[in-house]
Amino acid sequence: MDSLVQSVLKSSAEKESKYKTTEVVKDIEVDIDEGHLLAVDPNPLDIKLLRSERDSYLKALARNDTQLLINKIWELPVERVEDVIVAKLPEPRTVVPREKPLPKEKPMTKWTQYAREKGINKRKKGRMVWDETAKEWKPRWGYKRAGDDTKDWLIEVPDTADPYEDQFAKRIKAKKERVAKNELQRLRNIARNMKGKVPGVGLTPTDTPDKDDVSRALHLARKSTASLGKFTQELPKEKPAKHVGKKRKFEPMIGNFNEEKKRALDILNKITNKQPTLNITQATNQEIYTEEDQKRIGKGGRNHLEGKAEANKTGTGRASQKEKAGVEKAMVKRDEHPSS
Amino acid sequence: MRPLTDEETVAVFEKLSKYIGENIRLLIDRPDGIYCFRLNNERVYYCSEELMKRAANISRDNLVNLGTCFGKFTKTRKFRLHITALDFLAPYAKGFGVTAKSTTDCRRVDPMTIVCFHQADIGEYVRNEETLT
Repeated sequence: MDSLVQSVLKSSAEKESKYKTTEVVKDIEVDIDEGHLLAVDPNPLDIKLLRSERDSYLKALARNDTQLLINKIWELPVERVEDVIVAKLPEPRTVVPREKPLPKEKPMTKWTQYAREKGINKRKKGRMVWDETAKEWKPRWGYKRAGDDTKDWLIEVPDTADPYEDQFAKRIKAKKERVAKNELQRLRNIARNMKGKVPGVGLTPTDTPDKDDVSRALHLARKSTASLGKFTQELPKEKPAKHVGKKRKFEPMIGNFNEEKKRALDILNKITNKQPTLNITQATNQEIYTEEDQKRIGKGGRNHLEGKAEANKTGTGRASQKEKAGVEKAMVKRDEHPSS
Repeated sequence: MRPLTDEETVAVFEKLSKYIGENIRLLIDRPDGIYCFRLNNERVYYCSEELMKRAANISRDNLVNLGTCFGKFTKTRKFRLHITALDFLAPYAKGFGVTAKSTTDCRRVDPMTIVCFHQADIGEYVRNEETLT
């Protein structure tokens, strides 16, 4: 009798050691989100155990938490589908951040913009339509579509049309033009929604075309020959085209060394001086202007110095000083006016 | 291999002037012959005219080095000095020095202490020997 009890106890103990218990006790309850099959264990780690036998400790910990999760799953309503037991998971509670950023809003095309202003809504059309001639349902568009006018073997010539005109070719041409127009509108939509300038080719339509636009277009037109404008004849007294791409050009490797040295020294002087360079023509022009203005003021002419002074703010130090003096004079003069 | 363009020259000189200032003039205008800056494989070399002419016989890809490499242009066209330029910079250098207590020393001081960072040129010690503490 005793031996029997012992053997039963022994076997049960063996079983216990082989299969670990499903009951796991934790100090703080493990937070389980069945929807995501997620268990978060807020219990602090046992530092001593973690240091001494890390792997086995972590494995045991993971096993226990997983056991808790599986216990929770078993509490859920269970059904049997084709000999497999399936649990129905509830809605997940934990909010998981998106992997990708939110999709950007698509830029509006001219049509969508217009439709929104007018309140035009998109209506869903069915994919298949009834074809009266074939007496069957056919796709609205694409291959084997209903009412395919390219498959017509005969086209009636309208009364108003030229009887010798090829009506088939006319249809093909019209279709091609519609496609081209659509493509152009697509590109225009892209260009409209692009930030910054979109490079144009040749003389692109501009709101306010100016002389430069024309000269640029002229230059491109001349270069657009098979020989890249090599044999295009120049007009007499023609000026070289402005605003045209510049070719990269380097100094010769073995050139005039004295000149090279001079160039380097010039650049060095510019760097070390750090003084603004005096634009002599601009400075003299300003000088002449101010002198003329002063003369005019002296004669009692109309005073329009202030506007000019503003326009010339970027002038050299000396000139602007003089200008200031001029402005002061002008102010004095203006004060005198009402009294006289 | 080619001479530097104006923008490149400005970039190189501005960098060099931080170290040797006006003395760049002495590099360009040398009494012992003509020296020049040349660009090959985005690297700036400083060499004598004679050496440069000889090196011109070698194709650009095969030319590893000529004269002294001063530095290179980055892809954003900034100029970076190389250590090889030191031979030319050292004799003309402005002799700038920086002194401070070590980081460990600074950490150990009490919270009210003020740590100074001293920047000085090389002659300062000689000039102010008496007054320095």
